[in-house]
Amino acid sequence: MSAITVHRQVFQINDLNLWYGEHHALKKINFPINKKEVTAIIGPSGCGKSTFIKTLNLMINYVPNVKMTGEINYNGQNILNEKMDLVELRKNVGMVFQKGNPFPQSIFDNVAYGPRIHGIKRKTHLEEIVTKSLMDVALWDEVKDRLNTPALGLSGGQQQRLCIARALATKPDVLLMDEPTSALDPISTLKIEELILKLKEKYTIVIVTHNMQQASRVSDRTAFFLMGELIELDKTEKIFSNPSDERTEGYITGRFG
Amino acid sequence: MITRLNFDSNLKQLKDMLMEMAHKSEHAIKESINTLINQDIEKANEIIKNDTIIDELEHEINNKAIILIAKESPVARDLRKIVVALKISSEVERIADNAVNIAKSTLHIGKEKHIKEIVDIPKMMDLALDMLSDSLKAFLSEDVDLAKECAKKDDKVDEMYGTLVKELLGYIQKYPAQTNQITQLAFVCRYIERIADHSTNIAEHVIYLVTGERFDLNA
Repeated sequence: MSAITVHRQVFQINDLNLWYGEHHALKKINFPINKKEVTAIIGPSGCGKSTFIKTLNLMINYVPNVKMTGEINYNGQNILNEKMDLVELRKNVGMVFQKGNPFPQSIFDNVAYGPRIHGIKRKTHLEEIVTKSLMDVALWDEVKDRLNTPALGLSGGQQQRLCIARALATKPDVLLMDEPTSALDPISTLKIEELILKLKEKYTIVIVTHNMQQASRVSDRTAFFLMGELIELDKTEKIFSNPSDERTEGYITGRFG
Repeated sequence: MITRLNFDSNLKQLKDMLMEMAHKSEHAIKESINTLINQDIEKANEIIKNDTIIDELEHEINNKAIILIAKESPVARDLRKIVVALKISSEVERIADNAVNIAKSTLHIGKEKHIKEIVDIPKMMDLALDMLSDSLKAFLSEDVDLAKECAKKDDKVDEMYGTLVKELLGYIQKYPAQTNQITQLAFVCRYIERIADHSTNIAEHVIYLVTGERFDLNA
């Protein structure tokens, strides 16, 4: 009998369409996202990958003139249809952006920001969360002696890890990363990649990246988007060794895009 | 805009180098069988000496492949093209080694009169050469059907090998003084059979190159 791996899905996206005004930016996307896996999204600029990732915690709602149809089921609940508590959704579905964007506050206050909003006041509890989050992103040893200094004094790579720690402090379920290393030097990039591999033991991660080697290194499954369509979604090994669609092959081998 | 022109041109060069090496090996095994039939000691020595040229070509192909992997981060079909070039170059090198082996058998037999006219061994070699030629054509044109055709002929070579070796070993009792010659001829049959096997392996690599799937043509 063959072993069958059963994946629990965190997100199940069904027939998702998205328009920016008249522009049809996502076309009938069907996309399951498995729990405790890293899903990478690749594709040329303007293919809809950043748009897609922003739908998963409804950050997309900040863009004017957006219209969506279809379903985005998060743990069985369609976040498009029902009256979603956006604060609660974004606590569970954290996000990290292209460039580290710490608040102009101390390192400690950056990480403690989320838990404080969600009502945690006790200092010892906050200290516990901050320590643990900074340890999770392998930043603790580098900053433990200067937790009260400004976060903006950290290097770019450290700022990005701090932002990941800030996202982890609210104990999310999913971590969305929109090109998290595109502004970082190669060593900081590799640190973030190591971190992603470590974090997937506890979190579900969706990462948008222009760096295809990065996608092949860190992800379990890779999705290729092109002009608003999900062209191919498969195991990363399959996508980078023998993709099914020739448009995927053309893109990953650098022949177009 | 067309991208990766330089990479494509390097992949083409890699393929050209491999074809050059393959044709040299093909030529060497054709010559080796002639030295056996004609008992041409001088030519046999030349084949043995020229094998270093083929070995050097293999090293050049390997070096180029490694540099392309390091510089171009190839994936999917690009990566298969390079890996398959490495694999086929190794098969081709071993085919050339069998030309050397046959040339050495020619030397071991020397000028001793053949126990009978050598007829079937060249026929078997023609079949193996046919397979090699098919496998190389299949590689050149990335033709999966031709690769499969090539492998089908291997059964016939194996069959001839079995019959010929049995026949040769039968002669030992009849011509005990020529045991060395008979053994060498049996070895030559083995070398030809190996050439056919390497050609089948090349055909399998072609199928992997095109489809990305492993395929055992001997199954």
